[in-house]
Amino acid sequence: METKFIYRQLQGDEKKYYFLLCLVGLVVLIGAISAYYMETNGHHVTGMNNHVVWGMPHVFAIFLIIAASGALNVASISSVFGKTLYKPLARLSGLLSIALLVGGLVVLVLDLGRPDRLIVAMTTYNFKSIFAWNIYLYTGFLAIVVIYLWMMLERRMNHLTKTVGIVAFIWRLALTTGTGSIFGFLVARQSYDAAVFAPLFIAMSLSLGLAVFIVILAIASAADNRPLGAYIVTNLGKLLGIFVAAVLYFVLVQHLTNLYATEHHGVELFILLEGGIYTGLFWVVQITIGGILPLFLLLYPRLGNVKLNIYLAAGCVIIGSFAQLYVIIIGGQAYPLVLFPGMEVTSSFFDGVVRSYSPSLPEILLGIGGVSVAVLIIMIGLKALRFLPTSLEDSTTDPDFESVT
Amino acid sequence: MMDKNVGALDDTGTARRKFLAGIAGAAGLSIAPGVALFSFAEAKDKTGPVSSKVRWGMLIDTLKCADGCNDCVSACFKENGIGSTGRPDTDPQWIRKIEIRNPKTDREISLPMMCQHCADPPCVDVCPTGASFKRADGIVLVDKHTCIGCRYCMMACPYQARSFVHENLTNQKTDVPRGKGTVESCTLCVHRVDKGGTPACAEACSDTAGKAILFGDLNDPKSEISKRVGKFASHQVRSDLGLDPGVRYRGI
Amino acid sequence: MWQPGKVLLLAVFSGIFLITGFLDSISAGERVSVPVIPKALAKAEKGHAELMRRNHMDLMIHKRDKTVHEGIRNKKYSLKACISCHAVLGKDKKPVSVASPKHFCRTCHDYVAVKVDCFQCHTSKPPTTVNLGPGSASFLSKKIQEYLR
Repeated sequence: METKFIYRQLQGDEKKYYFLLCLVGLVVLIGAISAYYMETNGHHVTGMNNHVVWGMPHVFAIFLIIAASGALNVASISSVFGKTLYKPLARLSGLLSIALLVGGLVVLVLDLGRPDRLIVAMTTYNFKSIFAWNIYLYTGFLAIVVIYLWMMLERRMNHLTKTVGIVAFIWRLALTTGTGSIFGFLVARQSYDAAVFAPLFIAMSLSLGLAVFIVILAIASAADNRPLGAYIVTNLGKLLGIFVAAVLYFVLVQHLTNLYATEHHGVELFILLEGGIYTGLFWVVQITIGGILPLFLLLYPRLGNVKLNIYLAAGCVIIGSFAQLYVIIIGGQAYPLVLFPGMEVTSSFFDGVVRSYSPSLPEILLGIGGVSVAVLIIMIGLKALRFLPTSLEDSTTDPDFESVT
Repeated sequence: MMDKNVGALDDTGTARRKFLAGIAGAAGLSIAPGVALFSFAEAKDKTGPVSSKVRWGMLIDTLKCADGCNDCVSACFKENGIGSTGRPDTDPQWIRKIEIRNPKTDREISLPMMCQHCADPPCVDVCPTGASFKRADGIVLVDKHTCIGCRYCMMACPYQARSFVHENLTNQKTDVPRGKGTVESCTLCVHRVDKGGTPACAEACSDTAGKAILFGDLNDPKSEISKRVGKFASHQVRSDLGLDPGVRYRGI
Repeated sequence: MWQPGKVLLLAVFSGIFLITGFLDSISAGERVSVPVIPKALAKAEKGHAELMRRNHMDLMIHKRDKTVHEGIRNKKYSLKACISCHAVLGKDKKPVSVASPKHFCRTCHDYVAVKVDCFQCHTSKPPTTVNLGPGSASFLSKKIQEYLR
């Protein structure tokens, strides 16, 4: 039986909606003020320095960009791989993808030393740089997802959804590979320079994107009193479990390979054992909270059928992914460059010592501002257009549903 | 009608030749001052575009580099107008002294480390706008007009040679423009080199300290630096990366 | 379709816009004073002022690429030369920096409200290679001329 889903704009309490919208807008404004403060005074007001050159803004930005790429996965599964179960979620998936990417790009651009030179960045290119390719990959992705949504929202164009969906899927893979390659292409650093970064980021995007999707689906449905059945949530949960396992696999491969190579023992010892906060974030937050705990909650038979566990697991994956990016981006820079292998070095420029970094308030506010931009776009989108199905009850989604009565 | 046309053709024949002669004369007259100026400029400043016939490099003799001496660093800071704000984490440092100790043999040396001016610079590869570039004569520079301050080149440099300007700057040196929000690094004193001079660090080291820094044209077989690298063993730092730096070290 | 009331309203608003716009344009010169551009310290070649007025932005972009990428530093390509010739002396008989509204570039750029970011990196004063003594205005221009020759 082919269920026709009805999509409707948000219909709930208008007062609450506008109040929340104003609140989110305020957070965006605070983020903008932080960006202005950083740009006028120079980056010395942040925690970033000549050794840890990328900080919290970049962790937030890459977090949002990866989530954006992965959020589209739900739509891809239905359009490209024909799983009709996820079809009612495809529109929301597209909206989330656009919102998260815009949020991430806003943070990235506002952290530049010369954001007033954005026009230069968009007109002068060095195509050997993966950054230059990423500019096209990100903006192109926005355009493609807009077209993808158009195909889904307009009935006459529905027959083209699969074609555009395939293009979006491939573009997404290229985009995430490009993001991972930002680090993978750096020969200089002990922590990077590995081909595994591209597939690692793809796995991370799948897991983080789906986790963010589940959380936002749950919040939007609850806020607008739309029934969300256990069948579809448990299926999403099982999918998330597989993706979390994939991420753990790539992390294992990355560290096992590094541990085999004697020249990388220094950096591995740092991340896995002696790195202080980075070690703590790696084992406790990334692996345990972000990996092992969600696996249990999602794939253990008796736990994986409870909706609340799935929401909890999604939340843990989000926290774990954030920590993972922090360890990769900042932990990777904190470990000193090895100019003279095997030697002990000291200098006035902090050679040979672990570099210090502590996130400053303007950076954190900028990052949160970017997240708020994404939330703002989602809220406005849900209110303006028909993205959310009116009901995702088991009776509508479960093909083997038998009513109790 | 026909006659008129034929007549017109005849007329424009000579008229055309006169016109062409006039135009050629005018073109010659208008180009001539430029050519003259150019040749005057050439004769006076010897500036035309730099070419890859020259490859600037340095040879640093760590055996002569004195531990605790910072003459090269002070000279660089003075020449380029680099000051200190009391925030060592974010203060730029184009050249620094590194003390190295081999834990297995207890041998200690010190050497100055700056931008190595690689032939295949990773900082140039990763710059999204092409602001980080290598000049034809081998000097790696940042075009501050195009730099957007993304700091990707700082991530990519194996020598940690690049610094970011973290605050507003005033009273820059005339020949060394530097500004907030852009990335900078050792320019091999390009403003001096282009006028036939040597970098400030090389000059300072030769003057007061141990004569450890030698600057010259690696492509010129008659230059002092070419003779020395041809005679004595010298190494490039992190040569395993295959970047072919223009700075070579003796005694490491 | 063409209701008389709406047509009248349209006509009134259009009239207000057009008339105020016209009045604005003819009185602009009285509200904001047209800048007085300081005289340069040395005599330039013929047509320099007209050429620069129209083209200085494109010329500067072209010349800066030649200097940075190709190392061409003769005086025709040098920002230092422009700044020296167009130095404006302050009350202390020393050239002002771009922080002062009397700076050559600012006299025009403040008026047209086009921000220049050259001086975020470049110094806005001429190089201090000349000794400034009493009567230095004429002294400076002679020195600058010698410097530029």
